[in-house]
Amino acid sequence: MDRVLMKGNEALAEGAILAGCRGFFGYPITPSSEIAEYMARKMPKIGGVFVQAESELAAINMVYGGAATGARVMTASSGPGLSLKQEGISFIAEAELPCLIVNISRGGPGLGGIQPAQSDYFQATRGGGHGDYHTIVLAPSGSQEMMDFAIEAFELADKYRIPVMIMAEGTLGNLMEPIVMREPVLNKVDKPWAISGCQGRKPNIINTLHLGSEELENRNLHLANKYKLIQAQEKRAESYLVEDAELVVVAFGIMARIVKKAVVEARKRGIKAGLVRPITLWPFPDEDLRQAAEHARLFLSVEISMGQMIQDIQLALAGRVPVEFYGRIGFTPNPEEILQEIIRLAAREGL
Amino acid sequence: MKKVFQRPESLTEARNHYCPGCSHGIIHRLLAECMDEMNIREKTIGICPVGCSVLAYDYFNCDMLEAAHGRAPAIATAIKRLLPDRYLFTYQGDGDLASIGMAEIVHASARGEKITVIFVNNTLYGMTGGQMAPTTLLGQVTTTSPYGRKVENEGYPMKMAELLSSNEGSAYICRTAVNNPANINRTKRAIKKALQVQEKGLGFSMVEILSACPTNWGLSPVEALKWMENNMIPYYPLGEFKVKED
Amino acid sequence: MDREKQVLFAGFGGQGVLSMGQFLTHIAMNAGKEVTWVPSYGAEMRGGTANCLVTISEEEISSPLTENPMTAIIMNRPSLDKYESRIKANGTLVINSSMVDRLPEREDLNVLQMPVNQIAAEIGNSKGANMIILGAYLEKTGLIEVEEALDYFGVVFKGKNEKVIEENKAAFMAGVEYARRQW
Ligand SMILES: Cc1ncc(C[n+]2csc(CCOP(=O)(O)OP(=O)(O)O)c2C)c(N)n1
Ligand code: SF4
Ligand SMILES: [Mg+2]
Repeated sequence: MDRVLMKGNEALAEGAILAGCRGFFGYPITPSSEIAEYMARKMPKIGGVFVQAESELAAINMVYGGAATGARVMTASSGPGLSLKQEGISFIAEAELPCLIVNISRGGPGLGGIQPAQSDYFQATRGGGHGDYHTIVLAPSGSQEMMDFAIEAFELADKYRIPVMIMAEGTLGNLMEPIVMREPVLNKVDKPWAISGCQGRKPNIINTLHLGSEELENRNLHLANKYKLIQAQEKRAESYLVEDAELVVVAFGIMARIVKKAVVEARKRGIKAGLVRPITLWPFPDEDLRQAAEHARLFLSVEISMGQMIQDIQLALAGRVPVEFYGRIGFTPNPEEILQEIIRLAAREGL
Repeated sequence: MKKVFQRPESLTEARNHYCPGCSHGIIHRLLAECMDEMNIREKTIGICPVGCSVLAYDYFNCDMLEAAHGRAPAIATAIKRLLPDRYLFTYQGDGDLASIGMAEIVHASARGEKITVIFVNNTLYGMTGGQMAPTTLLGQVTTTSPYGRKVENEGYPMKMAELLSSNEGSAYICRTAVNNPANINRTKRAIKKALQVQEKGLGFSMVEILSACPTNWGLSPVEALKWMENNMIPYYPLGEFKVKED
Repeated sequence: MDREKQVLFAGFGGQGVLSMGQFLTHIAMNAGKEVTWVPSYGAEMRGGTANCLVTISEEEISSPLTENPMTAIIMNRPSLDKYESRIKANGTLVINSSMVDRLPEREDLNVLQMPVNQIAAEIGNSKGANMIILGAYLEKTGLIEVEEALDYFGVVFKGKNEKVIEENKAAFMAGVEYARRQW
């Protein structure tokens, strides 16, 4: 297979194009801007639409409009931009419009910094805006997955009529590594609900207002059922050396790769360490964690934040195994320091 | 005779919910008649706002999308770019367009988006109970300017037609009123012209329509029309502010 | 972990530090190795240093980051001050002595020095500093064979005109020659 060297941000943008994305609407913000720049170059050449919006509010509403036509469309942003997009994401989730929203994440709160971070985990996995809703959240961990998940995201979005988010740390956006190019997605999904002018049919309406109590409850029940179905069908995780693991480390995105190196080193030192890497942050792969808990005496959540995913791990394990936390922000924990933490915990627990 | 009272095909049979004397109903009808006359109903996509006209998707007999408060121009931008041969209109109130959606409208106009904006200026927030809007007149009492709008506190009412006409991207900007039959006719002509400007791809088009909200003005329908004539039209002059020729 | 090598490139913004790392990443990929390249940005960009970290491995690369690289290519003084303490024990420091006015303090490191800017001036290619030091480094370590690297210039610089490719090759070879003579 021919491999090409690509930055994560570019691999993601190219993946989206291969998936048939023909509309990009964004507002510049580091470290996501490369995606917009890539799309600004590419879209006009492939008959697509690129608009640099006046704000992230406008950008996400352009995605709302674009998705409503049935086209595959997306936006990409980071930190403060994602906060502004929450209004639109809530509308899109309610209107059940498929689209891709990318968060090349950086540290907050406030303006924060542009260092890679995972501290938008709560915002991404709990809906983020107002109302009862979810987006599917995929967390890639390398350039190949940046491309593959962009394609996958559009497929999932159409399958469930749901906004799908890719959350990747700034490091992944900048990381360059070889990837295998994918084939373009050719099959078109039928979208009879789309608005495109009502020639030859009854008018379609895309609407999120439900003034009647019953109507409102029914809408929410409908969405809740959809989310249950997604939870039943789409949880994904990668487990590594967990069969006999006494200490299970949980990490996602770039952090999972760094942890993997520490786990390998810990094994060389006789510590039975393992790794679970959630790939879907929502729906959270709780069963994979419960399986990994078989022989575990301790779990360790490693995050580039002050501790957010740890809550999902605790919910999944429901008190069966204690969960420790190691996290930093502003810095990405390196393999050496995670190894030290594993050694420290193993010694403390007598593992 | 029969023809005059016939419902335009571009309106549904649904009975509207507007108060007696409200201008929204008339404006819906004018827009629908233009769509009928241009035979574009099946190629039109409308974006309704958050405001009293939030339910407009039930009234227009074409593909409709309901926007978040103020964001209609951004939504219309994307749809028009992806489907350039369709007709796009946004229907927006003065709170929607001139307050929370100021950035979206100014930039849609600046980019010269080939969409038509129907801007219903009734000087206040009708739907939420008559609060002050950027268009509320000086001295006008609203629930959030209970002592009358004062320059020191709230500044001056915004003239959106004038403001947007300064953008190169604006191809047609007109202000009309619906206070009497002559002005209603002029309004319809302006709406049609705006849609034609869109059809020719000349750029952004907007018709600002001075409208009555008898309910929140605390006036009868007849008094409301008088008030519009005596107070609004002097401050918001009628006429075409920008006409780009092809 | 010898089947995996991590090389840090550090210097001023304008010294071609990032592209030097990308170039090595590219030729290593073409030579069939697993590779990653990460630029640092944000806080690290302040203080006048730009850097990137290249990992080259025989196996799939887990972590593209490390606190302690095996080798550092140091193009200026602030980079030496910043990274000297972080190099792995018995690691290698390749130093542009034209821009670094002190010797490393650590004694366990293998130190290779060359006056890169001076050589660049001699061959009349002031922008070639990055290629010169890379050529010398590859010649000395054999990380990628010089012959193999030369073969990939055309691929890596695809789309660039012939003159640019030749200039870069010449700079690269000037570094190779220096290493053969002096190291
Ligand atoms: C983000 C947001 N803020 C506030 C509101 C509440 N709200 C609904 S309609 C409205 C004002 C509408 O006024 P206008 O646009 O002038 O329309 P009118 O009702 O007068 O026709 C407001 C503030 C909302 N729906 N969304
Ligand atoms: S409140 Fe005012 S704008 Fe709203 S429907 Fe009644 S009259 Fe019309
Ligand atoms: Mg109003």
